[in-house]
Formats: sequence, structure tokens, C-alpha cells
Amino acid sequence: MNIPIYLDNNATTPMDPRVLEAMLPYFNEKFGNAASRNHPFGWVAEEGVDYAREQVAKLIGASEKEIIFTSGATESDNLAIKGVFEMYKEKGNHIITTVTEHKAVLDACKHVEKLGGKVTYLPVKVDGIVDLDVLEAAMTPETILVSIMYGNNEIGVIQPIKEIAAIAHKHGALFMTDATQAVGKIPVDVNTDGIDLLALSAHKIYGPKGVGALYVRRKGPRVKVTAQMDGGGHERGMRSGTLNVPGIVGLGKACEIAGQEMESEAKRLSTLRDKLEASLTQLDESYVNGNVEHRLPHVANISFKYVEGEGLMMAMKDLAVSSGSACTSASLEPSYVLKSLGLSDDLAHSSIRFGLGRFTTEEEVDYAIEVTKKAVTHLRELSPLWEMFKEGIDLDSIEWAEH
Amino acid sequence: MAYSDKVIDHYTNPRNVGTLDKSSHKVGTGLVGAPECGDVMRLQIQVDENNIITDAKFKTFGCGSAIASSSLATEWLKGKTVDDAMKIDNMDIVEELALPPVKIHCSVLAEDAIKAAINDFRVKNGMEPIALEKTHH
Ligand SMILES: Cc1ncc(COP(=O)(O)O)c(C=O)c1O
Ligand code: FES
Repeated sequence: MNIPIYLDNNATTPMDPRVLEAMLPYFNEKFGNAASRNHPFGWVAEEGVDYAREQVAKLIGASEKEIIFTSGATESDNLAIKGVFEMYKEKGNHIITTVTEHKAVLDACKHVEKLGGKVTYLPVKVDGIVDLDVLEAAMTPETILVSIMYGNNEIGVIQPIKEIAAIAHKHGALFMTDATQAVGKIPVDVNTDGIDLLALSAHKIYGPKGVGALYVRRKGPRVKVTAQMDGGGHERGMRSGTLNVPGIVGLGKACEIAGQEMESEAKRLSTLRDKLEASLTQLDESYVNGNVEHRLPHVANISFKYVEGEGLMMAMKDLAVSSGSACTSASLEPSYVLKSLGLSDDLAHSSIRFGLGRFTTEEEVDYAIEVTKKAVTHLRELSPLWEMFKEGIDLDSIEWAEH
Repeated sequence: MAYSDKVIDHYTNPRNVGTLDKSSHKVGTGLVGAPECGDVMRLQIQVDENNIITDAKFKTFGCGSAIASSSLATEWLKGKTVDDAMKIDNMDIVEELALPPVKIHCSVLAEDAIKAAINDFRVKNGMEPIALEKTHH
């Protein structure tokens, strides 16, 4: 067992050696530009890209013509949102999204607002799931796009995608989903789900960083996005730029493996996750964040009350996990996702996201349980708040110093 | 964030964690919070008839620097007279623990907790509380 233990697989995943192996020839032997039509160097590279396109399409039930390669989910989100806004501006200028989206979606929406668009940021229920009635009520004749993520990166909650898509379509809007955390982890099918645009990223599924894709529906309806980068007109004119052939080949291979192993991996990981969660919630005053039924199999987000977040991270230095805060400065920003579930700043700060992955072993999970339990217990022994809580003393008797 | 070895040492093996009898007239208790971060520190002193601090205990809900600052403070307090304890400056703590600028307020919290504990002791024993000027940095 190597310390620290990597349990941050929602941030990124290590590359699968099989992916690396598939990529390697495309760095040297098969170095051609996939757009070079006049010689075998180009053809070989194009072949690799075409094959990858099929692999990606297959994983999400799409046709290979509907896959646009990008530099990652951030670019895919931007291209989808800004591109739809520009392409459909005759039709309307209203976009609906949620407050728990990734920054790539939220900030692309902010950009659209600067361009004169209107954006509705839907709240979520305490379990992190969108209220379909609230969504329906927000739809207007001006609504051109509903953009709601598939699985959340912090709490793993899975949105009712089919129902959301149906509501969007009923009101004549397109449905886009940031499925970065869901693709390759749970079954995603653009046709049964009713998805018009979908963002995914290679590095969350044991592929390389800096490559991803945007699915853009071609039939029923034919969806178009305005390119956000001008140039040689690659990717059916929607995304210019010489293709990152090794990266794309890696993404393709990563999708293929994920498709083959998803079912057994999801079972294995959810068993490990449930073990972790069951052990850690044995600690008093610990809470699982987000809906536990509709959730990605490999994520657990747990809050430990009366434990301070930064101290907790320090005690857990042997685990590479994410906390509910960015603990680098005195002005800690608690996670906006956790806050939107109604968590107080304190509780958000003392929350830990455990992200299990393909290479996580049971031994590592057992170790993580032990380290976390020890850390929480140590900090509570040190905590006056814990003592006061145990004695039933009102925490309002604390004198807040004025500086 | 990289912590100094001293912070890590106090954090991992905090000295004088615990609780003294709050109702005793020999014990002064300071419970203060830092509004910047929501961290809370409780520091207690026990004083003998010669005005010497014979025991000090703390509990802190806070970052590693806050825990280390309070742990260090209890070490420094033991054996000091109350008057000398009053002179402990947060910058002494900053220096000893090599705290970076964003962690200075953690040491301020410790200084405030010391003064609050002393004043609690004074009031309990019929003395005027010492007016606290904002001396720290
Ligand atoms: C939900 C979600 N969307 C978008 C991204 C950004 O993906 P990328 O790193 O490929 O730009 C991430 C990863 O951080 C994510 O979790
Ligand atoms: S960060 Fe607030 S006391 Fe240290």
C-alpha cells in the first residue's frame, strides 16, 4: 500500500496502462495529422481518430458522426452553452441550469448573461436533486436550452435525466448534460435518456488529461452549435484545431474499457463505498451528503460535525481526498454545492469527499476508514464545541472576539 | 499548506488538552471565537495564592495553527505569574511556531483566550477586569 492513498478519483483518475499502451504509437510512429488527406501518415492518424470516435459513441449509444473532440469537459460545456446560445438566438435567449453545476457550466452561463442572455439557476432539494415542478415552472417560450449535469462531482447525486429531458423537449428546448462524472461509471444512453448535447472528459475515466468530447445530436432534432474557435473547420466546423490524435485514441480506449468493465466495477466500487460510509457514519454526528439512492457508485461525501475542516485535512494527510473548502487562506470558501443543500459553512468545511476508483483496493478503504476515524476522534477530543455539545451547553455562550 | 515542524508537533501531540473545574474560584476560563474562520478556543488557568499559574488546559476547534498556538500557550502559562501571563503577545507565538501571515489570527485567538481567562479569574476573585486594548498585530 502506497501512502498517501489516492481517494480523489472525482478530481482525476490515473491512466489505465491499457490506455497508455494504445496511445503510445501515436506519439511517434503514427504521428500524422489526421487532416492530411494526401498521404498515409494522415490516413493512419485519421484511422485512429475514427476508431476512437466509434468507441466513444458506443459508450453513450450515439453515432460516431455525433462526436466532436475537444480539449476536455470544460471546453465541451463552453462550446455547448455558448454555441447553442449563438446558434439559436433567433429562437430565444433563455437558458436553465442548476446551482450545483460545475464551474465550467456556471461560468459559461455567466458569459451568456453578459451577452444579453437570461439564465435561471435552479435550486436543488436538500438531497441535491432538482425539483421537476420547479424546472417545469421555469420553462418559458424563450427557453432554448436546459443544461443539467448527469452526476454531481462533489456529492455524486444523479439527476432524473430522462424526466428533465422530457420537460425540456415538451417546451421546445434542447437538453444538454455535463456527464463528465457519469459517463463510464453508470449506463448513459443519449437516445433512451433524450440527451441533445453531452459533455465528457477522458481524465475522469482513466484516460489522458486535456481531451474530451461533446456529443451533438444529428437526428430528431438536428442540433448545431456555433463554433467558439475559428480556424480550419475541423470536427464538422464546430471545433477547429489539429486533432490531439494520441489523446483522442486514449479517450477512445478509455471508453471501450469503461464500457466493458462498468457493470462489475460499479458493483465492486459501491460495495467498497458502502463499507466506508457505513463505518464512518458509526461516528456520532456524521452525515452523508446528497441523495443516497440516486448516486454514482464510487463517491461518498460525509460531514463530521464539531470537527474543523482544515484541522481535519491535516489529520488526514495520508489520504488524498477533497474537503468541502479550499483550505489555503484565512478566508475559507465553503463548497457552493454543499451550501446549496442547506449545509452551514461549518458543516461544509468539515466535509470530506471520498472518490474511489478502478485501482482502489479494499485494503486502502480499510486504511482510509481507520485514518478518518482516528482524525475525527482526535479533533473532537480537542474540541471545546464537542464537549459543550456532549454536555448540552448552548454554543451561543462563545464570545466572538472583535479584531 | 506547509506547516512548520513545531506546528505539526503540537498538533499531533497537543500538550495540556483538557478541562479544569470552571466553577472553582481558582480557575479562570476564556472561551473565544475567531469570526474570520469560525474557529473556537477555550483556555483555562488555575492560579494559586501567590498569583502563580499552576495549571493550564485548552480545547480548540480550529486549524492546525490554532491548535498549536493554544497548546504552546498552555506550556508558556504554567509557572508564570498572572501579571507575566498578561504580557504574552501573539507575535511571540507567531515567531515560535513560524506561522505564515494568513495564520496570524490563529495566534491572536490564543492571546485573546489567555486574556479572557485572566479576566474571568480576576472577576471571580473580586478584581476589576483589565481593559483590553488592541495590542496585537
Ligand atoms: C462535472 C464536471 N464538469 C466539468 C469538468 C471539467 O472537466 P475537464 O477537466 O476535462 O475540463 C469536471 C472536472 O473537473 C467535472 O467534474
Ligand atoms: S484558521 Fe482560524 S484559527 Fe486558524
